[in-house]
Amino acid sequence: MGANDTAIRIRNVSHRFGEEGEARSVHALLDTSFDIAQGELLCLIGPSGCGKSTLLNVIGGLVAPTTGTVEVLGKKVAGPMPRDIAFVFQENALFPWNTVRENVDLGMRFQGVARAERAARAERALAAVGLSEFADHYPAQLSGGMRQRAALARALSLQTGILLMDEPFGALDEQTRMILGEDLSVLLAATRKTIVFVTHSLGEAVFLADRVAVFSARPGTIKKVIAVDEPHPRKPEFATSAKFTALRNELYALLHDEIRKTVSAEGARADQLGTLTPGALS
Amino acid sequence: MSPVRRRGPGRIGVRAVQLGVPVALLAIWYLATTRWGVSRILLPNPVAVAQALGHVLATGEFVADLRVTLTELAIAFAISATSGIAVGYLVSRTSFRIRAFEPLLAAIYSVPLILFLPIYVLWFGLGPPSKIALGATISFFPVVLATVAGFGNVDRMMVTAARSMGASDLQLFRFVLLPAAFPVIIAGARLGFTVALLSIIGSETLASLAGLGHKIVELSEGMEMPRMFAYIAFVVAIAAILNIAVSRLEAWGRRP
Repeated sequence: MGANDTAIRIRNVSHRFGEEGEARSVHALLDTSFDIAQGELLCLIGPSGCGKSTLLNVIGGLVAPTTGTVEVLGKKVAGPMPRDIAFVFQENALFPWNTVRENVDLGMRFQGVARAERAARAERALAAVGLSEFADHYPAQLSGGMRQRAALARALSLQTGILLMDEPFGALDEQTRMILGEDLSVLLAATRKTIVFVTHSLGEAVFLADRVAVFSARPGTIKKVIAVDEPHPRKPEFATSAKFTALRNELYALLHDEIRKTVSAEGARADQLGTLTPGALS
Repeated sequence: MSPVRRRGPGRIGVRAVQLGVPVALLAIWYLATTRWGVSRILLPNPVAVAQALGHVLATGEFVADLRVTLTELAIAFAISATSGIAVGYLVSRTSFRIRAFEPLLAAIYSVPLILFLPIYVLWFGLGPPSKIALGATISFFPVVLATVAGFGNVDRMMVTAARSMGASDLQLFRFVLLPAAFPVIIAGARLGFTVALLSIIGSETLASLAGLGHKIVELSEGMEMPRMFAYIAFVVAIAAILNIAVSRLEAWGRRP
């Protein structure tokens, strides 16, 4: 793989929450190195607390790693790179006092996009996610799935080469999740963006990804990478194919031991430390 | 009974009680002064009070005192709202400052701050400045505490989302922090306005040269009971009007 084909280059990244030696200090991510190609959709999957969201935030410049470096499109990441990287978060990242259209508009406004251009791009992004008719609704008036479509529209309107998605469908029910996954596959096949997608769902990972990176239990690092050789956009039939099932089973086998380790470790830690802030670790 | 019929009398019943209680109190008041021999020096006849109120309103004699009280209120609230919001914002900026100052401000607020009145009279005299100082002091606390709570509890997710999209400090304040904190600050400001009015009228009754509180004490000392009660009714009405106006403003400020 040549240097020009690499969108994201991760080198020896470790991250620790809290200072070394502190009781609550947690090594979330351990010496992770990885390359993500231009136009690739990479899923990160692993037990909770394995550092997959932390890695996503390090790539996006929202968290500075304790050690190691990330380069995005050849530039060293030292903070948010709003012209190159857009985020879709799990939930509650829309501003409730703004309508859907205003929410989409605001991201572009932060970057100084001219008004007419903002309006045109917002129209296109909302049409792409099927929310044109709900542009003037407030987030509270929408279902969870529609809110995530709106968050996706906001990210698309920023026209970045890279999209980082942190369990974007994690709070949704299984059916909504399936439909959004299918729509996302169609949408993203057309844009050729580089995407890193964190998920807990084995099926979602296999259905969407070009490659799936499986994390070990905490302190997390990438344990194995599985390629999903299936053209985009993925058809709904793919989800019932033998190939899909085989890949899903392979992932399940890889994850099962790690999840067991996490669960028993968490029990021991909880006894030692009392409760930990879940948000800080996920 | 059908649900519809039950709901009808229920609503009318609530209204009847709400109207009936004051009417009954008025009736007891009237009977106490006419039939049951309660001294008119202690409790004036309600009809006499109504006549006195009519006279007060017709002659416009209340204007001078009302102007004093409302001016004190406006200046006191302007001071407490601006300083409370400014200080609250500065405190809310780091979790260290919130942990250090928030309990301190809450502790001072729980002290009966009316005790500052003698000091303020000593410093600023018997005129409006001591009332303004007391009103501003007391109403500063609900405003500053609400502002700290408003700016301090903005969902981290929204701040992260705005930062990830390249929001500058100013944009973050204008488009995220301010709209998120605004409803909480407005609620605190409304409470501040109410306690400013209470403390200003209260302090006027204790040590003052003019104002509605002063007028009521003056009439009490002159044994002019019907006019004194008329002024009390007038102050209650003014307070109710101000309260409704501020509630309207608050509702307008909270709209999505």
